[in-house]
Amino acid sequence: MQIFSCPFCGPRPECEFHFGGDLGNHRPEGFAAVSATEWSNYLYFRNNPKGAADEVWMHLTCGEMFAMARDTVTMAAEPGRRLGGGA
Amino acid sequence: MIEKGWLGGGNTGRNTTVVRSNYFFPESVRLYDMALRLYEGLSAELNYNIMLSQRGMISLAHTPAEMEMSARVVNAMQINGTDAELFSTEDVRRVLPIYNFGPKARYPALGGVWQGRSGTARHDAVAWGYARAASALGVDIIQQCEVQDFVVEGGRCRGVITSRGTIRADRFGMAVAGHSSQLAEKAGFRLPITSYALQACVSEPVKPVLDTIVLSPGAGTYASQSDKGEMVVGGGLDRIPSYGQRGNLPVLETVVSGLVEMFPSFRQLKLMRQWAGIVDVVPDSSPIIGESPLPGLYLNCGWGTGGFKSIPAGGVLLAHLMATGQHHDISRPFDLDRFARGRLIDEAAGSGIAH
Repeated sequence: MQIFSCPFCGPRPECEFHFGGDLGNHRPEGFAAVSATEWSNYLYFRNNPKGAADEVWMHLTCGEMFAMARDTVTMAAEPGRRLGGGA
Repeated sequence: MIEKGWLGGGNTGRNTTVVRSNYFFPESVRLYDMALRLYEGLSAELNYNIMLSQRGMISLAHTPAEMEMSARVVNAMQINGTDAELFSTEDVRRVLPIYNFGPKARYPALGGVWQGRSGTARHDAVAWGYARAASALGVDIIQQCEVQDFVVEGGRCRGVITSRGTIRADRFGMAVAGHSSQLAEKAGFRLPITSYALQACVSEPVKPVLDTIVLSPGAGTYASQSDKGEMVVGGGLDRIPSYGQRGNLPVLETVVSGLVEMFPSFRQLKLMRQWAGIVDVVPDSSPIIGESPLPGLYLNCGWGTGGFKSIPAGGVLLAHLMATGQHHDISRPFDLDRFARGRLIDEAAGSGIAH
């Protein structure tokens, strides 16, 4: 069992967390002005990095989203960080 | 053909050897049934025994709601022209006498979806048979040769830079399950793919006791018995994106606990090996076949958890695409453009275990 660290609840088992995608994948603003390509890029296309990854995760038990830096090969994970500002 | 490692050393050697075409949508059934039909003739075509054993597969339903879904899937499969049968408890008892039919069973078998043409094939033999046949046709298979970059001239892919030199050609195909996003990055585009570890394990060999493939979406487990007598067991994805070929304990625990609930006699079995392969999962659980955003580079990727069963179809369709520059009718719906068009083929249920 791997332990991830929620910035609000502290260290918790991996089963309590849900992957939320790439950090910085912002929803394109402007409704009609957003092209189908731009929209699908936001919805479906992913960085999917091998190695260092900056991701959004959700702690299912408290319902909070947060940022977490992880390595997708070694699976080492840094403590989660609050989302805020431009992140 | 350029291979980073050795022939059959990737996911071909790590899967659980099941071939089937019990999918829901017409596009998917055409694709996977093409693969299954090709598998049925493959030993003769390659002159290499791939040990195809069409022993049938039962996807179990444990609740009345799951029985209704099973009936819907069976109807869809029959309309789409592949074989399917709705099984009752008695039918399950006939094909799975060792199942836990007890009154306190955690996963009662109300019935399920039966596909008699499903089966298993020797995974290494498929890779070796194809390689020998391709070599006889004049294909050079270069192992221990890693693609490190692409040569792009005039906006087209004109070559690949490998660890053993540059190779030029006017068309390239990319079939690198588990590393599609990495090669795409080198070619300058992104894919709708997230890579996860998918685990499997085998028990010690025992005498024949299970002569079908059993899948339980509810328990999150599937199993078959190999010709050597080992129980080959698999389940759902690890839910943490990963390139580490190991797998985590919570998923293995779910898989094994589901198995021993369904087959109490398996509690005595010892597991010999456990491993994981990296699978490229697409949001709609369907593959991507088509020209990439870099002209001259063609994609055959995103098969997720179901690549082995699709090998013959993926090969024929990619070859058709590269030879003619045009989609085969069967591969057209699986083009990368389906994401911008919003025409997804959502087979999250058809892929067997919820991914």
